[in-house]
Amino acid sequence: MNSTIESRSRNLREAARSVLAFRESILILVLIVAGIAMTIASPVFLTWPNIEAILLGLSVEGTIAVGMVILLVSGGLDLSVGSTLAFTGVVCGLALVAGIPTAPAIVLALVAALAVGMVNGLMIAKLKMNPFIITLGMMITIRGLLLVIAGGRAVLDLPASFNAVGQGRLLSIQYPIFVVVILVIVGDILLRNTRFFRQNYYVGGKEQAARLSGIKVDFIKIFNYCLIAVLSGVSGLMLTARFGSSSVTVGSGVELRVITAAIIGGASLNGGEGSVLGAFLGALFMGVLANSLNLLGVDVYWQNLVTGLMLILAVVFDMINEQRKERGR
Amino acid sequence: MDAEITPCENRGGASIASLLFPGTGACMGDLLSVENLKKSFPGVLAVADVSFSLRKGEILALIGENGAGKSTLSQLLGGAIRPDSGRIVLEGREVSFASSLDAIHSGIAMMFQELSLIGGLSIAENIFANRQPTGALNGIKWKKLYAETADFLKRFNVSMDPRQVVKRLYKGDQQILEFLKAMSTNPKLLILDEPTSSLTETETAYLLENIRALRSQGMSFLYITHKLSEVFKMSDRVIVMRDGRYVGVRNTSECTEGDLIAMMVGREITNIYTKRSAPRGNGECLRVEGFTRRDAFVGASFRLEHGEILGLSGLVGSGRTELARAIFGVDRRDAGMVFLEGREVQISTAHEAIRRGIAYLTEDRKDLGLFLNMAIRDNLIAPSLERFTAPTGFMKNRAIGDFAAARVKEFSIVTPSVYKKLNKLSGGNQQKCLVATWASTDPKVIFLDEPTRGVDVGSRADIYAKIEELSGRGIGIVIISSDLPELLGMCDRILVMHHGRIVGEVPRADFSEELILSYATGVKSS
Repeated sequence: MNSTIESRSRNLREAARSVLAFRESILILVLIVAGIAMTIASPVFLTWPNIEAILLGLSVEGTIAVGMVILLVSGGLDLSVGSTLAFTGVVCGLALVAGIPTAPAIVLALVAALAVGMVNGLMIAKLKMNPFIITLGMMITIRGLLLVIAGGRAVLDLPASFNAVGQGRLLSIQYPIFVVVILVIVGDILLRNTRFFRQNYYVGGKEQAARLSGIKVDFIKIFNYCLIAVLSGVSGLMLTARFGSSSVTVGSGVELRVITAAIIGGASLNGGEGSVLGAFLGALFMGVLANSLNLLGVDVYWQNLVTGLMLILAVVFDMINEQRKERGR
Repeated sequence: MDAEITPCENRGGASIASLLFPGTGACMGDLLSVENLKKSFPGVLAVADVSFSLRKGEILALIGENGAGKSTLSQLLGGAIRPDSGRIVLEGREVSFASSLDAIHSGIAMMFQELSLIGGLSIAENIFANRQPTGALNGIKWKKLYAETADFLKRFNVSMDPRQVVKRLYKGDQQILEFLKAMSTNPKLLILDEPTSSLTETETAYLLENIRALRSQGMSFLYITHKLSEVFKMSDRVIVMRDGRYVGVRNTSECTEGDLIAMMVGREITNIYTKRSAPRGNGECLRVEGFTRRDAFVGASFRLEHGEILGLSGLVGSGRTELARAIFGVDRRDAGMVFLEGREVQISTAHEAIRRGIAYLTEDRKDLGLFLNMAIRDNLIAPSLERFTAPTGFMKNRAIGDFAAARVKEFSIVTPSVYKKLNKLSGGNQQKCLVATWASTDPKVIFLDEPTRGVDVGSRADIYAKIEELSGRGIGIVIISSDLPELLGMCDRILVMHHGRIVGEVPRADFSEELILSYATGVKSS
């Protein structure tokens, strides 16, 4: 009897753990502690304008992180997201300046982003190329293409109807914040609970075994690269609308920040692990960290140092945890 | 059976060798003695109080089920891990190894399963890893290195180019290279852990022949294996472990296969194969016609009845696995048709095959079969995801939980929970998971490729009982296996492949190892 109860409670614990992984709980805890400490240290921290600033800053990384973590779970990687982000903004900006109305211009820009993802996906899935190399090449190529077509200049004077996309408010909250929050919630539920997205864990867990299990590995890979490209495009449009201009240099370095966030949030470059919520918490953690250092008057140069250390710590922590479990066999 | 065909000329080898190489320790002829060796990992007592001795010029076999502690014991002797307590006495001196390098210096080497080779380097650099002849400023003397390697390879009758890059070698050759690498340290004792598991017949013969020759020169071997036939073919004595404990030692010539199995499992298993009645003749389940792919298989045609267990035999490389994979749709074919229950079906992906009711259980459990980093429950549903999806696209978690729990029970998979990751299970339990996974796809036909490779006797009996049960439900079963006794014990009929062709068909009434081998080796064809 006792053992049934014990095993039931253990099953419950394991089920709970599978819903809210260890890493996510720790991140939430760290964020709460940091939040309390910061509220005491700075009167500005827990005010709506400050929180809104953090979330607005997160809207780009958070949106792309949804796509990146799905990609990482499936064993993939995309370094071209920053370039795609800028590319989408510039395509949209040029279209608007050329007199195309807002809605078609947005669609056109997103199709351009989708095309980038399609090329990435086809080369990686069908030609079995290494995702790191292909997307690195794509990252440089797109950035170069931008310089060629926009001549290194920003596209200015965008119509107000377009800028409203990034600057408008609903319930006095800016649209991009809604976009990222909704994407994270929907993405998390989809990746956790639907068959289509759960297949990513199998593909990233062991690609050949997934193939033998009848999972359409190539299709899933191509889909993932298209998805992350479109999400990068969405980020690019929000950013362009917020600034009222599109620049060819925007979004550089965002790929590494997004990957960092996903890994701090529990994803692995080896595939098979990670969650959207974790990746978002990772991004939030980085955002809060930067904001806190700012409010405390710490020099901006410290931010990278601390973020880098956190990334290394997270990975070391993972490794120790894994080895401890290994020895427990 | 194997005991009868075992050559006996080396039975006396141990005593002769001990005369030629008298030991310096208390016990004459003992190279190594192990006293009360103990090693525990958190939660597991891997090796509990093991004592035995190993003579000079002896092949001592070490057998036991998966998880019996064989590998831990070999790692303790090889210096890879350190014991909690106990003594290792080598040639009368107590030794304690801080590392594998220490053990090698003392004369104990281990042959790894291609773990220690570096693919991008040459054969020479692999064999003399970290021991390359060097000159001024620590520069490697390449000429000398290659010349020494060539000499060394010649001594072992191996015709490989020392400059050859290792990753271009076949898997079997890499395994031979592992053996040579271990031998290059001039060990007194070589520990072999399943040395023939990935070798073809020729390579196995080469390896075993060399081991015998080295024994007659006074070298000792600790030979860990699952294959009882090798125990009888090779060893002078055999020790058995169970649950980390030493069970006993026997002179190989004085015991039978049944004795050893009883020692390993701690109970008598008289016949692990269930008794087959005559094939049921329930009508055609699967028909394959003219399957052909250049350089793999040619014109393969066969027919399978509902409930029939059909064996597919042949040497490694005869095209058995390739044929099965092509029928399952994961590999290309140039020609050929598949009929399920009389109707032709077009299958070009695994997805279609599974939907039509064809299941294929791969021979490569670790690399192709299982998601080792994922939970048991996620593995069990991998090919059946669609069945556990609601029309909305969401997974039916409750149904999955019930399903997984039921399968774990039905297939007697030993685990505390269905959330346990698969790499925490023993090989036998992993294989049971794999069988459970594919048996649950609701198949009409199931191909089992090496269903019990590397699996302990107890789990094998469980798997055989399950196969029999599946056949009782009318599922057509094809077993591909290199283990002839397994095919002879399980099947109604055996097809034999040779060089990509089905060259023989043997009904149960005519079953004999000799007949099947004569087809498989191309001596005979019908």
